[in-house]
Amino acid sequence: MMQVDVANPNPAAKRDWRPRIARYATLAALLALIAFNFAFTNHFASIQTLYVNLTQVATIVIVGVGMTLVIATGGIDLSVGSLMAISGALAPIIFLGKIAAIGEIHVAVGLAMLVAVLASGAFGWFNGWLITKYRIQPIIATLVLFIAGRGIAQVSTNGNLQPFKTPAFQWIGLGRWFGVPVQVVIMILLVIAAAWVLKSTLFGRQILAIGGNERAARLAGVPVGNVKRWVYGISGLCSGIAGLVVIAINSSSDANLVGMGMELDAIAAVAVGGTLLSGGRATVWGTLLGALIIQLVRYTLLANGVPDDVAKLVKAGLIVAAVWLQGRGRA
Amino acid sequence: MTSTVSAAAPLLSMRGVNKAFGGIPALSEATLEVRAGEVHALIGQNGAGKSTMIKILTGYVARDSGEIAFGGDGFEAKSPQDAQAKGISTIYQEINLVPYRSVTENICLGRESRRFGLLDWSAMHAQARALLARFQVDIDVRRPLMRFSTATQQMVAIARAIGFQARLVIMDEPTSSLDEREVKVLFDVIRQLKGAGVSVIFVSHKLDELYAVCDRVTIMRDGRTVRVSEMKNISKVELVASMLGRDVAQVAKSATAFGERATPIGDVVLQAKNLKAGHMVHDISFDVRKGEIVGFAGLLGSGRTETARLVFGADPLRSGQFALKGQAFSPHEPADAIACGIGFASEDRKLEGIIPDMSVAENLTLALLPQLTRAGIVDGAKQRAVVEKFIKSLGVKCAGPDQPIRELSGGNQQKVLLARWLAMKPALLLLDEPTRGIDVGAKAEIQRIIKQLAEDGLGVLMISSELEEVIEGSDRIFVLREGHNVAELSHAEATEAAVMSAMAHGETEAALRERTS
Repeated sequence: MMQVDVANPNPAAKRDWRPRIARYATLAALLALIAFNFAFTNHFASIQTLYVNLTQVATIVIVGVGMTLVIATGGIDLSVGSLMAISGALAPIIFLGKIAAIGEIHVAVGLAMLVAVLASGAFGWFNGWLITKYRIQPIIATLVLFIAGRGIAQVSTNGNLQPFKTPAFQWIGLGRWFGVPVQVVIMILLVIAAAWVLKSTLFGRQILAIGGNERAARLAGVPVGNVKRWVYGISGLCSGIAGLVVIAINSSSDANLVGMGMELDAIAAVAVGGTLLSGGRATVWGTLLGALIIQLVRYTLLANGVPDDVAKLVKAGLIVAAVWLQGRGRA
Repeated sequence: MTSTVSAAAPLLSMRGVNKAFGGIPALSEATLEVRAGEVHALIGQNGAGKSTMIKILTGYVARDSGEIAFGGDGFEAKSPQDAQAKGISTIYQEINLVPYRSVTENICLGRESRRFGLLDWSAMHAQARALLARFQVDIDVRRPLMRFSTATQQMVAIARAIGFQARLVIMDEPTSSLDEREVKVLFDVIRQLKGAGVSVIFVSHKLDELYAVCDRVTIMRDGRTVRVSEMKNISKVELVASMLGRDVAQVAKSATAFGERATPIGDVVLQAKNLKAGHMVHDISFDVRKGEIVGFAGLLGSGRTETARLVFGADPLRSGQFALKGQAFSPHEPADAIACGIGFASEDRKLEGIIPDMSVAENLTLALLPQLTRAGIVDGAKQRAVVEKFIKSLGVKCAGPDQPIRELSGGNQQKVLLARWLAMKPALLLLDEPTRGIDVGAKAEIQRIIKQLAEDGLGVLMISSELEEVIEGSDRIFVLREGHNVAELSHAEATEAAVMSAMAHGETEAALRERTS
């Protein structure tokens, strides 16, 4: 009865180095882009340019944080853009006093933000409930709110544009905190928090276990359904915050436009950042880097006179390259 | 090897077939002969080589060497389509059909009749009707397949696979998802095929079925053909003994690392009564005591794994009761069982055990982790202490706790998975094929660990396809057969003959003698 062990007998010989290359490739690409711009782009080396790029990337990263957690479980969330629209539609309804006038504007704004973000969090949780209760594939389950979510936003505003001029609220998109744009601070805090959750908490470990091998995770006692519902809920919360930032910058809420195409931008940032799209291996910092790279490539091309349509092609090329590197890492 | 070969020329003859995967031999000098119009059983344990044999025949894999003749000519299939075109069809366990489309479309899928570039529906309906008539099925072929009973759908699948030109049909465990009535229908089909001069290769683990429909049997073990016989000239015990590679009369020599056990066995940890669930578990009762290794013996499909999964809450129980240390216990999720101190190591390490991208440490602490956290935050120092303790005590060979587990050998992965459960200090451990697919040295180590665990007072339920492992390792053996526990044997009573007899007949030799005398 001879049995041969098929696994590698010499563990040290075949350490998997390719994912590490992929991780540093992201950072190296970002540094190279920055170096290129220092050399060739006029007025690049200014705080102004830094903040322009960071504010433009903030909403993508905020949504991307939730998306990273979702993708880490092996799922996907297509509804993020629509959930941004819902949050963006609900907040002005409340702080403009359309339901009930609230005297103190700070109370009104606080309540508006809370309700809007919790509402999109609840819709995200609903995504998770669909996925776990009825075992629907995430791409299909979140397609429901991708379509219906924008409809809900439009119905709740009767399809009208909601313009406003409320500094107390718009602080989230236009204000500064010690000179740093508020949305950039929120972005960085979220990235730090999510990276810490993934690395150091039970919840984070359970997310990665589910993405790495869901059957094994369940048999090790991981509450798979609960973890997934929370993860989609968190993705909804992140979308809600991003929705507030967008309408604050625009001084108006348009349910047709808020968060349009955000799902793809967020997924692209996650992919370029080096998170495994099949789940089980994720990096929130990578998502930040990925979003920055995509943003900076676009900025570089535009600042050097290349049309935006071409920039989109380059963005597509970046995604292909990132996914290709991942394939190498897995092989 | 055979003494009863008749003068009839075989339809299929495979001789001296060799095949190795990555240097590991799967077949060595294997032989298979099927006569025209016979139903031929092909049996063996997991890894015996029967599926490799079939894959070579149907063109899924290429042989390294060996001769194959079919209908008197040399035969070589480049792909399953090629094999089918040459007259060898395969029917798989699952029905691979399109339920929403009509019967005709399903039968003609991939070989549609065309006229002027358009589908010739009347010709196709006629063809489908004619084909089904061969199997005495008379249905409206224009209706969607899903409107018909499972049995009829099965017949359509078979008809599609066989077509008009098949001379040899391979059925790989065709009855595993069928109920009794559907099995009867299938057997009728097999008899009709036989009447029409078509030969059948029938792969099944259910011995009664073999005796019901097969004429002859080829038994494989470790990549070799070990016996060919007329069904009527071989007893069930001989069949099982050949599959397992034992002489019926042979007295076992100790070949495992379990050795002698002399520990007092304590109170009942788990009591299971009249379990019933799914297709595989019909009525199973057993108990496990503190400090005892209880073995489950049985052929594939006897319900061993399914029963263990029920204890662990991994699958829903239809009826029956559990009591854990005297308290009623009804696990709905693995988490419930784990909370009550039960651990389960699956037979499939890769699919249900390891999280390949995670480190040794993360894999090892996965079940224990909730106890290693404070306010949801993992206590790194505590985790490291646990991991280092078990790496040392079980002798896990790895570069360090942070090495990804996928880089470890099978034996070391298994040790980490054992440690996953031992770390929570369980009361009961369910081990499904704990030494499958690991090298000889690691296997002995794991057997010693299991023995030590029982001596330390753990209740162990061990499932193994290796007879000697169950017999030498267990203090008590329950023999399972087709979803029933048919015998309970103490370590002293559990001779190979007794266990094999129970696996084959559903009762022990002594009982059989008593009944027949």
